[in-house]
Amino acid sequence: MSGTLSGSTAAESSGSGEPVAQVAGTVMPSVSAPVVVRRRGEFLYYAVHNRKVVFGLGLEVVFVLAAIFGPLISPWNTTEYFLPRQPPSGVHWLGTDYFGHDVFAQLVNGLRLSYLVGALGALCAALVGMALGFIAGYRGGLLDEVLQLLTNIMVMIPSLVLLVVIGAYLKTRGVVFEGVFIGLTTWPWVARAVRAQTFTLRSREFVDLARLSGKRATSIVVRDIAPNMASYLFLVVILLFGSAMLLAASYDFLGLGPTNGISLGTMMNQAMLWSALQLHLWWWFVPPGLVLTGMVAALLIANVGLDEVFNPKLREQ
Amino acid sequence: MTGRRSVDAAQGVHVRRYLTRKVITYILAFFVGATIDWGIPHLMPGNPVQLYLSKFQLQPGGYAALYKTMSEAFGTNLPLWDQYWHFWYGLVHGDLGVSIYDFPGRVTTLIFNAIPYTLALLVPAIVLSYVLGNRLGAAAARRKSLDNTVLPAGYIFQAIPYPWLALLLPFLFGEVWHVFPISGAYDETLLPAFSWTFISSLLYHWFLPFLTVFIVSLGGWAIGMRNLVIYELENDSSRYLRALGAKERVIRRYAYRSASLPQLSGLALALGVVIGGNIVTEIAFHYPGLGLLIYNAIEDEDYFLLQGIFIFIVVGVLLANFIIDLVYITVDPRTRLSMQGASS
Repeated sequence: MSGTLSGSTAAESSGSGEPVAQVAGTVMPSVSAPVVVRRRGEFLYYAVHNRKVVFGLGLEVVFVLAAIFGPLISPWNTTEYFLPRQPPSGVHWLGTDYFGHDVFAQLVNGLRLSYLVGALGALCAALVGMALGFIAGYRGGLLDEVLQLLTNIMVMIPSLVLLVVIGAYLKTRGVVFEGVFIGLTTWPWVARAVRAQTFTLRSREFVDLARLSGKRATSIVVRDIAPNMASYLFLVVILLFGSAMLLAASYDFLGLGPTNGISLGTMMNQAMLWSALQLHLWWWFVPPGLVLTGMVAALLIANVGLDEVFNPKLREQ
Repeated sequence: MTGRRSVDAAQGVHVRRYLTRKVITYILAFFVGATIDWGIPHLMPGNPVQLYLSKFQLQPGGYAALYKTMSEAFGTNLPLWDQYWHFWYGLVHGDLGVSIYDFPGRVTTLIFNAIPYTLALLVPAIVLSYVLGNRLGAAAARRKSLDNTVLPAGYIFQAIPYPWLALLLPFLFGEVWHVFPISGAYDETLLPAFSWTFISSLLYHWFLPFLTVFIVSLGGWAIGMRNLVIYELENDSSRYLRALGAKERVIRRYAYRSASLPQLSGLALALGVVIGGNIVTEIAFHYPGLGLLIYNAIEDEDYFLLQGIFIFIVVGVLLANFIIDLVYITVDPRTRLSMQGASS
């Protein structure tokens, strides 16, 4: 299942499956640039001068620092009890929840968990999606047909309901389970995109040359094909990261997340279950959602900025 | 003319192959979905009967007796292959079993009662966000003033987690400003009837959950379309049109058309996420669609109901994909040409 973010950026759409061949000339320029070394400095120049990249990555760094150092500077931890339902104050920066837990402490700990799940999910999806995409695109033939069929089937299995059915039987679920589950259900659009890109590169002269020189297929894919779509793969991973965090929030909100530990999603879940809306405890559910929106929006902005960096056609004129 | 006809015939064969392949994919996807649906309870540690009996404090003797009768009643004592066969038999005959949550009620009845509400949220949200998002995005491409407002708003909408908006909107519009109801599908003092009061109550309750699903989807389409149109406007075909002296409006119209194709296949990919968001939204708003049914089924550990809903959502996604396929054929002139070839 694709993330909310997938299927909608230029990089993705220009490389997603069948449409590519039909929209003439929307091949990623990074693909047509085998000279990687000379370009690196140029990319860095444009990245530093791109306001979107600087703003997006800067904001993301702030959130990452908050995830790393937040639990250390938080005066309280998540298990301590205080006066319940207090609004934000100097003592409790974001107030306390229905039970008297400190919301700030939960928030910064939840931040860690969200990043962890997002990273795990993105990693798994990227590994599976790229492996299958490269194999299908490079090998072609029957193997390609089978893998494409598998991809198309996977796209149509509703992952949230699947998790509900699994969750009904698996009573204890950890962070790793959630991350791996997200990874194993979001890979199909990566596989589609990577396959399409590999397909266009496969018949290039430099790949033919590599094949003639007797190199093994894995080495050709890793050394000759992958580097020519490195920027594209990089953008894919960023998008996967963001969508994995959003998906995790939805799962956690439904009580399907990790059964141990607090994430941004479980905070919103608890707030809903214990009538935070009716009791007007806005400091309980507004911060986790706001922070998550910021984390994902920063990634998206950086992503579109990087797209412009790697891709001269998109640069502001 | 004979040469032309043979080309058309070749294209017809091509399209028929394309459609056959699609249908095979759908059938296989349904098969895989149904097998997963059946397989999970059987692959998990413990079996449904054990799980059900563990809720009661039973004497060992009573447990053994109950376990035996219930295993026979539910057929869990049969070999796996037989159970699998029985599952398909029931599925083909539209029998998904009896619900535990709404006890004598049949799973299919519960699901059919919930489906209209889910569709009422999902279909307008998907269609309107897709149409409006694409228009906005296309208008924003390479237009500085509009781009500077549409783009940041798009990023933020796209990054909003569904559960957050499903809490924030009812909090603001319901609890703080008291302008919209935040729970249920209609006023509980009303009885369902084809009257203006009832319909207005339905619409009144429908608006906020619809808005939640709509807003999150809108941003993605706008940004996607904006980027695609920029690609298209920089294309050689657009340059050629410009060199011929075509008006900018005409060039944009062609760019929009080309960009619609990847967006349309993106719609098929995004369905799963929107359905997930819809489930989250229904639960937050206590909107009586499939999402709320899933929630109640989880609460009451009603596995038959869960499995039934899973099958229905798989079928729904398959149907939606098929509709998108058909739309794709009508939108893409190349496939339409070959369709005509097939019919002549």
